[in-house]
Amino acid sequence: MEQDRYQLNKELAQMLKGGVIMDVTTPEQAKIAEASGACAVMALERIPADIRAVGGVSRMSDPKMIRGIQEAVSIPVMAKCRIGHFVEAQLLEAIEIDYIDESEVLSPADDVYHINKRSFNVPFVCGAKDLSEALRRINEGAAMIRTKGEPGTGDIVQAVRHMRMMQREIARLSSMKEDELFNAAKELQVPYELVLKVHETGRLPVVNFAAGGVATPADAALMMQLGAEGVFVGSGIFKSGNPEKRANAIVKAVTNYTDARMIAELSEDLGEAMVGINEQEIELLMAERGK
Amino acid sequence: MKIAVVAVQGAFIEHIHALKKLGVECVEIRKKSDLCQDIDGIILPGGESTVQSKLLRELDIFDELKKRIEEGLPVLATCAGLILLAEELSNDERSHLKTLPVVVKRNAYGRQLGSFTAKEMFKGIGAFPMRFIRAPFIEEVADAVEILAEVDGNIVAVRYKNQLGTAFHPELVDDTRIHEAFLAMV
Repeated sequence: MEQDRYQLNKELAQMLKGGVIMDVTTPEQAKIAEASGACAVMALERIPADIRAVGGVSRMSDPKMIRGIQEAVSIPVMAKCRIGHFVEAQLLEAIEIDYIDESEVLSPADDVYHINKRSFNVPFVCGAKDLSEALRRINEGAAMIRTKGEPGTGDIVQAVRHMRMMQREIARLSSMKEDELFNAAKELQVPYELVLKVHETGRLPVVNFAAGGVATPADAALMMQLGAEGVFVGSGIFKSGNPEKRANAIVKAVTNYTDARMIAELSEDLGEAMVGINEQEIELLMAERGK
Repeated sequence: MKIAVVAVQGAFIEHIHALKKLGVECVEIRKKSDLCQDIDGIILPGGESTVQSKLLRELDIFDELKKRIEEGLPVLATCAGLILLAEELSNDERSHLKTLPVVVKRNAYGRQLGSFTAKEMFKGIGAFPMRFIRAPFIEEVADAVEILAEVDGNIVAVRYKNQLGTAFHPELVDDTRIHEAFLAMV
């Protein structure tokens, strides 16, 4: 992939900042998401909570369904492929998806190798639970990073843990002396050049969103205050009592994430939040997929 | 001089960085009360125009912003910002602030695979590096609108009175000449 294309792909993520990307499974849901203020939608066959409930192998969605969503909305459309499944990614590129999520939410297709994302023209977003994973995905060509969190649980604890971990490690790199960076690169198992970049800028070289377990406006604002540049909401919206109202409230909470008075108002009468599962109660830790 | 940057969604921090480089004081506009201060100009950044418009309306910024622009507040609008200013959109029945008498086509180059860069002449500035990301272009302009740049025969930058609009993203390059041209309007 030429350097300029990669730069353009990173810049598309910059345009999504301060926004909410919502999981949708039908064109109708996509329209609701767009009308509620989503800055992009993630097309997938089943939302994470249902993937968890149903079990079995979970794959890329039907391209026809994705096309239907592309036709239904004017905002960017993203879609998930399995970790390491570069042919699913080729198909998504062929239907001109705006962003591919190489996602641990689906069943991994390869337990060693991630997709060589540098060989694609379409941008990729990948999950990470620490700086080491984030920089490895960026080295493979990811143009955007999100926390893994624990999808489909409505439990924010893992997203918080991953965001704090990333910020802590970035702060550690920033404070290092230059001659210590070589060893840091060795420990993190990533190229020195990326470590140097983080050291110099004090941030990831790509946009970093929060994902996994966001269920309320307060959850979204929490992730923004912890340093996320935007938020993915999966099951949290369409598994709740009043998806439209909740989606609207989360969008506004992300814009005014430090305004507690406004977020308190937004949090009133949202109806039932998605039924959560605590991390101790789940058998499948999706965050452990793809390191 | 104090410049406001609409910060409801999108790439606003990039504009703030460009302005700070030029030594200009900036404020973010996230809610109506943020507009209750003396400002000398305003920037509408790139992002998703549908989201920005919705938030501007629901956070009660929209009417005051429209009024200020109509009263002559200098405005620089990039990409989604240009869509917000346009009087009419050719492929979308929604339109937003409607202060700039042009017809804009949204996502005019298609999806992300259609995003591209160009280096073309910008009137009064010279060759300028232009980055188009799921960008719009301008299909028609009223007589009073000055065309500042074209790429492949499509209009990508215009000026009309106090309003400067670009389909591309001057905030994403190191070159601050368009921001300087805007500040000269203030």
